[in-house]
Amino acid sequence: MDMPTPSAAVLNKKAHIVRRLAKVLPIESVISEENETRAYECDALTAYRCLPMIAVLPETTKQVSDILRICHEEGVPVVPRGSGTSLAGGAMPTADCVILGVAKLNDVLETDYDNRLIRVQSGRTNLSVSGAVEEDGFFYAPDPSSQLACAIAGNIGMNSGGAHCLKYGVTTNNLMGVTMVMMDGEIVEIGGGHLDSPGLDLLGLICGSEGQLGVVTEATLRILSKPVGARPVLIAFDENEVAGACVADIIKSGVLPVAMEFMDRLCIETSENFSNAGYPDAEALLIVEVEGSELEIEEQLTKIIAIAQKHNPIELRESKSEEESAKIWLGRKSAFGAIGQISDYMCLDGTIPVSELPYVLKRIGEISDEYGLRVGNVFHAGDGNMHPLILFDANKPGDLENCEKMGAEILRLCVEVGGCLTGEHGVGVEKRDLMFDQYSEQDIEAQLKVKDVFDPKWLLNGAKVFPLISTQDRRAA
Amino acid sequence: MISPSSEVELSELLLDSSEPIRIIGGGTRQNLGNNVQSKKNISTSKLTGITLLEPAALTLVVRSGTPLAVVKKSLDEVNQQLPFEPMDHCDLLGSSGYSTIGGVVACNISGSRRIQTGACRDSLIGVRFVDGMGAIIKNGGRVMKNVTGYDLVKLMAGSYGTLGVMTELSFKLLPKPEATATIILHGLNDEEGVAALCKALGSPNDVSGAAHFNNETLIRIEGFTGSISYRTETLKKLFSKYEISVVTDTKKNKELWNSIGNVSTFSKTETSIWRLSVKPTSGPKIMDTLLKSGIKAEALYDWGGGLIYLSVPDNINIRDHLFGMQGHITLVRGNGGGAKVMPLKNNLITEIEEGLRNKFDPRKILNVGIMG
Repeated sequence: MDMPTPSAAVLNKKAHIVRRLAKVLPIESVISEENETRAYECDALTAYRCLPMIAVLPETTKQVSDILRICHEEGVPVVPRGSGTSLAGGAMPTADCVILGVAKLNDVLETDYDNRLIRVQSGRTNLSVSGAVEEDGFFYAPDPSSQLACAIAGNIGMNSGGAHCLKYGVTTNNLMGVTMVMMDGEIVEIGGGHLDSPGLDLLGLICGSEGQLGVVTEATLRILSKPVGARPVLIAFDENEVAGACVADIIKSGVLPVAMEFMDRLCIETSENFSNAGYPDAEALLIVEVEGSELEIEEQLTKIIAIAQKHNPIELRESKSEEESAKIWLGRKSAFGAIGQISDYMCLDGTIPVSELPYVLKRIGEISDEYGLRVGNVFHAGDGNMHPLILFDANKPGDLENCEKMGAEILRLCVEVGGCLTGEHGVGVEKRDLMFDQYSEQDIEAQLKVKDVFDPKWLLNGAKVFPLISTQDRRAA
Repeated sequence: MISPSSEVELSELLLDSSEPIRIIGGGTRQNLGNNVQSKKNISTSKLTGITLLEPAALTLVVRSGTPLAVVKKSLDEVNQQLPFEPMDHCDLLGSSGYSTIGGVVACNISGSRRIQTGACRDSLIGVRFVDGMGAIIKNGGRVMKNVTGYDLVKLMAGSYGTLGVMTELSFKLLPKPEATATIILHGLNDEEGVAALCKALGSPNDVSGAAHFNNETLIRIEGFTGSISYRTETLKKLFSKYEISVVTDTKKNKELWNSIGNVSTFSKTETSIWRLSVKPTSGPKIMDTLLKSGIKAEALYDWGGGLIYLSVPDNINIRDHLFGMQGHITLVRGNGGGAKVMPLKNNLITEIEEGLRNKFDPRKILNVGIMG
């Protein structure tokens, strides 16, 4: 992984920078010893690591502002970090950077049920946002798989999705406002409890900007009333194409399931061996979940089952109880872990138009044969967000590189059929070099210009998102 | 008026322009926003047509000059719809012409369903535009989950043409509901009405419209027939202490919510119309402040109370009376003594917005000043 050459000038004044940071932060919040900074050398993209120069853990927005002002004055690159669960290397350090972790900023600042919002500090974990309101019958909708650990700051950085976005949207559709610190230390409030903000939609621009435009310290989030209940149906097919056609017919019929998950044979078998969920022997499996009262669930499931029957499923299992629902979900929820038990894997995140599903699955099979690496497919079928899992052996020389090449080919395929490189994980360092496969030079230039406005010195997470070659002049300036 | 017939033609035209330009769609919203001093008008009227409609993927891709009526008709045929229910400004502004999908996006026009499915910008998943220097730029695409690079799609929605001329737009669609019901609570004052809307929206009934006007409080639900009758009963129980009537007829519901979304009630008044975006619960308080100041104001609340259309006699600047209010006020029609759109009183945000406009339109030629 190419990363910019660390600045010797910055590294040489490490002691000076530590002293300045220690003046504005509690002593335990400034981490500069190698044995301690090691905790921040990577995120969930563990294949790539780099020790940061310093890590800081501020407790207030004011401290974040002080840190950024100092780094701005000293010309030190800053990499913001939520909980470090990024699969794309969004929080991967450079050797001359200050890692700014928001983990200590984890308070709930306000809950307002009448106006259906919650205001939290950005280091709070996704699940604990829902946790703060669930006793009162509310929840926060975006539900990335890492929701137990991932921070709202990272969710905003990557515009995270989850299994339930077909109905509830992703982070950007549920974010109402932020308090953000600019790279020069200025604090800005954008949006809030009202729905329409004046001027340009800066909130929409910040969400998904991978920590390159500012450091979000507080967020106002939309909360929703929890549905009365939810129930899945499991539908198994002996062909991927048929499963794909069934997904299309369900959507066309006017039913809007809250989740529609797809697993292929490798994932079905591996999950079954791992979790004993009772999955059938099949080529493709769909889990379709609907929400509402008992009567509403029944009404929707009846329609879904009628559609599925037309596609001659080899098995169709409607959950009749909480236990059965949990069992249907068990295999899907443990799919990544199950694959992880049998092999190292790389998880891709391309999105495709749903109609291209059969073709893309067929091509992935061919690419898999060509590279000699197995692929398991598990994904959100309703919105076309695929998660091909490429199996490789990290101990075998050349296997990781081969796997990355193969991953790139699959992502190019996603773009070719009208989709994109990443649906919910973000570009980070991982997919940086594929950006020109999706965007023209002018498209990229338009995005770089946006960063120029927010962070003219290109100090904030500047080695991410865009191919290094396209940003080197700006970073060097 | 110049009407380029392709993106490339538009690009050449903008590259060669150095004088201020006004961008025109179908002309129905020309009076939204501040006046634009321009020497040249560019129309999107020849950039038309649906390029992709894929019902199984809930996706529409359409050129910006396409009339909204054409879009709606095509979606009707596949039993789908634009989720955000854009309002028609003709009645309120007394304008003629036809609304275009590009105009809807440029002004981020969202109707009553916004509280459930989000604004126009939330359904917009891809955009192609030509910036002030003639560069053709695309962002997003045709898939609903896409975090590849910065989200310029959101930035373009509601930018009133100040960053570029949009040429093609992609949307996430939703199925049309099989049934609709509106539960009307009678006799509630503004405070009680908004409190009832908050209660309905905070219940698990998936409310898709929540408005209050003239002592009537309207709660809309949409979905499958069985579900609608179930939720109607649930909501009736929730509000059993009020006098209730229910509208179930599809056509009547459509008319009812069109009249709310289009603010028809104020279309013929000789007053100024202000639009306020606020926290729902603060709406009635704002109204109270105005009435206590002796201003003869009438309010239509939508979005559960979070969107207020105020009818106020001309020549009264309500901003003077709502100093320190959290939210956002614009003058939609009439004379309020001052600009229709005021920039936010935050220097840093103004600086960022100016910075962005300077990057995309460095010669300052596109719809200059329209957003304040």
